[in-house]
Amino acid sequence: MLTVFLQFLFSGLTVGAVYALVGIGFNITYNATSIINLAQGEFVVIGGLMMWFFSESLKLPFLVSVALTIVTAGIVGFFMERLTIKPLKNPDLLLMIMITIAVSIVLRGILMFVFGKDPYVYPSFTEGEPVSIYGAIIQQQTLWVIGITGFCIILLFFFFKKTIIGKAMLACAVNPTAAQLVGINVSKMVMVSFVLSAIVGAIGGMAITPISLMEYDKGPMLAVKGFCAAIMGGLGSNRGAVLGGFIIGILESMTAGYIHSGMKDAVALIILLLILFFKPAGIFVSKTMLQLRKF
Amino acid sequence: MKKAGKNFLVVLVAALSVMLLFVNAYAKEPYKIGALFAVTGAASFLGEPEKNTAVMLQDQINKAGGINGHPLEIIIEDTKSDETQAVLSAKKLLENDKVLAIIGPSTTGESMALVPIMNNANTPLLSCAAGAPITQPAKDRPWIFKTPQYDVSAVEAIYGYMKKHGIAKVGIITISTGFGDAGRKALLEIAPKYGITIVAEEKYGPKDSDMTTQLTKIKAAGAQAVINWSVGPGQVVVTKNWHALKMGIPLYQSHGWGSKKNVELAGKAAEGVIAPLGRLVVWEKLPDNHPQKALLKKFTQDYEAKYKSEPGTFGGHAYDSIMMLVEALKSVGPDKKKMKDYIETNIKKWPGTGGIFNISPDDHCGLDKDAFEMVVVKNGEWEILK
Amino acid sequence: MKKGDSAAFFVFILLIILLPVLSGSTYTLTVGIFSGINALVAIGLCILMGYAGQVSLGQAGFYGIGAYVSSIASLHGGLPIIISAISGMLVAAIAAVILAVPALRLKGHYLAVATLGFGEIIYIILNEWGPGGPSGFGDIPHFGLLWYTIDSTRDYFYLIWGLVAVVMFFSMNLIHSRTGRALRAIHDSDLACNAMGLNVVALKIKVFVLSAVYAALAGSLYAHYVTFISPSSFSLFYSILVLMMVIVGGITNLWGAIIGAVVITVLPELLRRFEELDVLVYGLILTLSLMFFRKGLVPILIEKMKKLRGFAIAKH
Repeated sequence: MLTVFLQFLFSGLTVGAVYALVGIGFNITYNATSIINLAQGEFVVIGGLMMWFFSESLKLPFLVSVALTIVTAGIVGFFMERLTIKPLKNPDLLLMIMITIAVSIVLRGILMFVFGKDPYVYPSFTEGEPVSIYGAIIQQQTLWVIGITGFCIILLFFFFKKTIIGKAMLACAVNPTAAQLVGINVSKMVMVSFVLSAIVGAIGGMAITPISLMEYDKGPMLAVKGFCAAIMGGLGSNRGAVLGGFIIGILESMTAGYIHSGMKDAVALIILLLILFFKPAGIFVSKTMLQLRKF
Repeated sequence: MKKAGKNFLVVLVAALSVMLLFVNAYAKEPYKIGALFAVTGAASFLGEPEKNTAVMLQDQINKAGGINGHPLEIIIEDTKSDETQAVLSAKKLLENDKVLAIIGPSTTGESMALVPIMNNANTPLLSCAAGAPITQPAKDRPWIFKTPQYDVSAVEAIYGYMKKHGIAKVGIITISTGFGDAGRKALLEIAPKYGITIVAEEKYGPKDSDMTTQLTKIKAAGAQAVINWSVGPGQVVVTKNWHALKMGIPLYQSHGWGSKKNVELAGKAAEGVIAPLGRLVVWEKLPDNHPQKALLKKFTQDYEAKYKSEPGTFGGHAYDSIMMLVEALKSVGPDKKKMKDYIETNIKKWPGTGGIFNISPDDHCGLDKDAFEMVVVKNGEWEILK
Repeated sequence: MKKGDSAAFFVFILLIILLPVLSGSTYTLTVGIFSGINALVAIGLCILMGYAGQVSLGQAGFYGIGAYVSSIASLHGGLPIIISAISGMLVAAIAAVILAVPALRLKGHYLAVATLGFGEIIYIILNEWGPGGPSGFGDIPHFGLLWYTIDSTRDYFYLIWGLVAVVMFFSMNLIHSRTGRALRAIHDSDLACNAMGLNVVALKIKVFVLSAVYAALAGSLYAHYVTFISPSSFSLFYSILVLMMVIVGGITNLWGAIIGAVVITVLPELLRRFEELDVLVYGLILTLSLMFFRKGLVPILIEKMKKLRGFAIAKH
């Protein structure tokens, strides 16, 4: 009994960690710009596919591949921001979201062209037998995924709460005019937020690929789930995104395990809707905070 | 001068006439066939090898002089794995391009959407999708054919093998798409015939990352074997999960498993996985006198030389559809009804990549479980089980 | 109706009548049919977003409800098509109310996700429990009006676009009525409206239901035209596509919904020549058009026309 429950739990943690990272990526852009970047899912795919490219195709050492993948993702985020976000003056938020959707189509098209439609995989970061806890197995790579997610959260916490740039980015979201008045280069903060969210997404992709493979069109599903995670926890709250991600992952797994696997996605969505109806701003964001934000 | 000029003119005209004769001899009307493949979209792993096969065959046939001197023109349209697009593309092919027949589409859903259109247009459709409803009931599908094996046949092959090996309790895990659903229905329907009880029925989505929950349930229900029914990366993820969980019971896959890529991606997890596969992937292990071996060998080698990857089962379906049409065209010429009748009556004991076809007015597919070999993965290679 | 709108409407009707005459090709007419079906959904979403200021990422859910209910009612229930279509619209309306009451308290992104969740849940229900499951089902009867079954492409074209014209007429009157003005007021400020005594909540729900009903009508028209449906046509992808149509066409103008629907439906057809690259080109065109025609094609066209008239007048 316990074994079975634990197994379901571990499965939920595995997928939940990726949703959490995607959700955090959404928050980073949202916190700096109030834009929801629906191309966030494609960054995850880029992470997985580029890691394959560097480590399997070019046969570069592991750490070098990781570094290069992060740099590539950062570059893609940079160009996305410079080419499609920056040129627009006073954009309507809805329009921005549609543009990010269009960009995600372009990115997907490029990925399909370069990598084709096949799935790709590379070995887990550490090879070895899965860890067994009370009979339930947890793969080593899953531990890596969860560990990396935790590590990212801690790093980002320090970034946003303790560094000047992080605090500046938060200031931009609350009130860009005021931020400019105190000397913050808003446009640069927007750029940094895109680069950072791309990197976070790519890290998620790098970590999950050994478990679930990666192909060019995994982006949209991850984006939707990650977005739901961010909303569930309260847009803008990274704590919330993490909680939301794990909740969705575990809910899916428990539903599949104890009720019916055909319904697992539905139950997670229903819970999301219920949370929204009773706590419209998400779990961690209060209603007043919501009203203070632009959107 | 004048006489030389006149002579020159005569020779010129004569030369031109001879040239024109030759040009006319080769400038025969092309035979146009339409092809609808899911080159992009969710089913693109089906559509791409199908498209590659079509392009390759068109080249080969035309280099060899065409069909009775007529060049073959295969007009390929991308349905983007979408039914609405399939309808639009079919109409374009029928209307604008005035094709003699259509090959494809790649998925059952898209094929079903085209059934009324093709029947109304009195134009043959040779689908590359597997679902039984595509060609059944036969009386409602006069113009519709398909070249992949029936899902039911693949299931029968698996169950027949299981029965021989004393497996009676089975857990199934299927993908929540048309392919998976068709497999699930067939698995449930045929189980009693082979004395098999389905103790667990699980599902997963096309982009899901982890299926350990579903597999854990199957093990807990007391299954002696697990059958996975999907195409795409899901097969590999299930295989890896099965291996990591050390389930201790054998894993069977559907005929969608038939691609070396899957074995590569799954790595050592694929060891011992069993599946009913069309002979295309195991042609090397066939005896030399097997009726399919020669064409399988040629097709695979040509495809690999041109595209640097294996055609896989799906490329084979396009091969079968095209070659049937080519043979029909060769025999009866560009007449839609005659082509349809030809295929209905003359494709008997016809070796293709999917198997040996026996098409009849009641069976517009013509393959059964003998189209499959039970294959196991050993040391990263295919091995035919006896 | 305003004068400009009347003129536009007249031209619109003329185009509808002329197109099948000028182009006999059933391929073109089929593209036109799908454009019309999409236009119906887009008009509903345009009213919801452009005038009432609410966003919905779940229109595919209502579209699917309309398609499935109408198909099941006519195929398995033996009901006449018109009744089936209406029952589809009714079920969608009820679903819309159930969703709207709690959801419309949400704002912006949160409302978007609530509607997204709804659309996805409907998709999952159709995929799991709909007849045929993911494989869908066929043999759906063609659309028929009393004794006359419509199965020629040309007749279907007239049916669809005739309905679009009716819906447009109704919608334009709605926009210019008191309700319409109330809607636009809500778009600007809930608080002010409440202060003035408007029942904001009731109005929002009504518009939400209206958009759902339009989508359901479109869904039944789709089902009875293709005669085969499966859940994959009613996914989030379609909701986003409709959203694209409204934004590209211009959210502030109802004609934008029609133009947007036509553009988005026709564009992939024009891009066939690019084969594999068509997705990429499609994305690029969308991105560029969103960036440079920000207000939407129709408002920009109207601006340009006004400028031209301005020049013409100035020249005098």
